[in-house]
This record gives sequence, structure tokens and C-alpha cells, in this order.
Amino acid sequence: MTKAEVISWYRIQEMFLFENFHMYGVIGTAVFLGLISVQLIKRFKAKDIDGNEIKFEPKVFSIPRYLFGGTIFGLGWAMTGACPGPMYTLVGHGYWSMLIVIAAALFGTFVYGIIRKKLPH
Amino acid sequence: MKILLSQSLMAYLSEPWPWYVSGGLIAIIMVLLLFSGKNFGVSATMRAGCSALGAGKINDFFHFDWKKAQGWNLLFIVGALIGGWIASTLLNDPEPLALGSRTAEHIKSLGLSLPKESKEIASGFLPAEFSKPEFVFSFKGILLMVLGGFFVGFGTRYAGGCTSGHAISGLSDLQPASLIAVIGFFIGGIAMTYFLLPLFYKQILFPLINELQNSFPK
Repeated sequence: MTKAEVISWYRIQEMFLFENFHMYGVIGTAVFLGLISVQLIKRFKAKDIDGNEIKFEPKVFSIPRYLFGGTIFGLGWAMTGACPGPMYTLVGHGYWSMLIVIAAALFGTFVYGIIRKKLPH
Repeated sequence: MKILLSQSLMAYLSEPWPWYVSGGLIAIIMVLLLFSGKNFGVSATMRAGCSALGAGKINDFFHFDWKKAQGWNLLFIVGALIGGWIASTLLNDPEPLALGSRTAEHIKSLGLSLPKESKEIASGFLPAEFSKPEFVFSFKGILLMVLGGFFVGFGTRYAGGCTSGHAISGLSDLQPASLIAVIGFFIGGIAMTYFLLPLFYKQILFPLINELQNSFPK
């Protein structure tokens, strides 16, 4: 993740300012290859190492849940420049302040768990 | 000869990797996880983390066997942490990150430093301010990190996934829900980058600092 520079706060800013193709290239390549792989897995009913067929659970469709949730995540992504994976990689780099972000993210997840029944899904 | 070869290999690995290599590696990780009977989605570790810290006693959303369901994912984040450490030590690239001019201007206008100016740590993936206690524990720093982190944790669980779960796993499976979530990521990200952060920095914070400075006798 470091070498892909997807952990960079600067690259995230560039992505949202539409100045650099890099992030789109990374995500686009991953999705393009992922798409082919998923199609092949489905076509050949591939099995995982435990011998179970690999299944894809369709996500229950809803607009408010994904739109509101996604937007809130986007706000945080642009502020901290880190999504959940890169947060840990940045800690590995010695950016100790990311621990505060991780703690806050855990708290955010916890608050969601508490009030989720009151939110539109 | 052997040393030379390994040196040039290390030099190659130390440079930033092109996007198609990085994207390809991410796809491989996702496929490997699928074949291990898992799903690529990092934000689920946050729920598991809450559960591990005992939140299951308070709320049934966190009441599940996190070791069995998410133990591997917790290992994944330990791996991400170790990977970060290796990248910053063995494979460290001394060149500062190259940044587009418009983004550089934008970041300067927010009063944060550019990669070049932050030589003391790695090659500057985050503005130098993020490593300085006087910034981190200032009102500005706390707001950025705590509120930002809170939004990430809350939003990702509300949306049921983050970049890995929706943008990569979900879109790879052509899930309409994931497309909506990704559109949401960008609505939030663009709103924050273009309007909220500049507004916050320029309209609220700077005048506030000026006012404070003026209110003290010099």
C-alpha cells in the first residue's frame, strides 16, 4: 500500500481535486481485474481451500444506507486521508498520530452500533 | 554480479510502483482471500475491534465470535502495519512525493506543509504537522483527526464497507449497492476537499486565531 502511494494524504487530496490519475488507475485496475476474476469464479463455480463453493452474497439494495454512510465515510476520508487499511500501514511508518484516528474510528463504529436502529437503512 | 542485481532490484522496489502494478496486486489479494473463503474488506476489523474490547456486552451489534469471523482480518491489519514498517525502512524512497501543482497550491492554502518540507519522517505521506504534537493536540489537529476518524468509522459501518469492501470487492461483483456507496464516498470527499476544509480553515479558524492574537496586548 505504501508503494502504491494509496496511503498518502496528498494522493487522496489529488484524487478529490481530480488532478492525478494515479488513484483512479489503482482502483480501476483492481476493479477491472477483480471483475474478470469474479466472473471466472462464478462461471467455473470455483471452490475455496475448504472445498466450499465461493459464493457472493448480494448486498441488500438501499439508497439511503449506502448514500448517507458513503458520504460520511467520504468526509472522513478527505479529512484524515486514510481509509481503514492504510491507517495501520501509516502507524507502521511511524505516524503515531494515526493511532488517534484509529481510536476515533473505533469509537465511530461503536456509536453506529448503538444508534443504528434509529438510522434510515 | 549478484550483489549488483539485488541492489538494482531493491532500487526498483523502492521507487513508487506504477498504478497498474499496484491495482493488479490489490486484485490478487482480493482473489486470494476469496479462495481462502474470505472477503476483502478491511473496515469489518473495526467492528471486530469493538467486539474484542467488550462492546458485545453493551450492544448486540458487537456480539459475535470476532475471533472466528474476523481473526484472519485482524492478522491482515497486523500485516498492513508490518508492511508499512518494512516500506519505511528497507524500501524507503528518499525522493519526496511528486505532487500536482493545483493540489500543492490547495494544500498550501490550508496552511499545511508539502511533502518536500517534511523530510524528517518517511518521504512525507502525511503533512509534517501530523507528526508534531503541537499540531496534533491543537484544536485544529484534534478536530481533523478525531472528527475525521469518527466519520470514517461511523460512515464505513453505516455503508457496510469501505474502499476495499465496496469500491473493490463490491464493484468487482457489480453490486449496485456498492456503486451507490462509492458515489457517496465521492460526494463526501469532494464536499470536504473543495468546501468544508477550505471553509473551516479560511473562514473560521484563521479569523479566530487573528482575533485571539489581537485580543492579547502585544
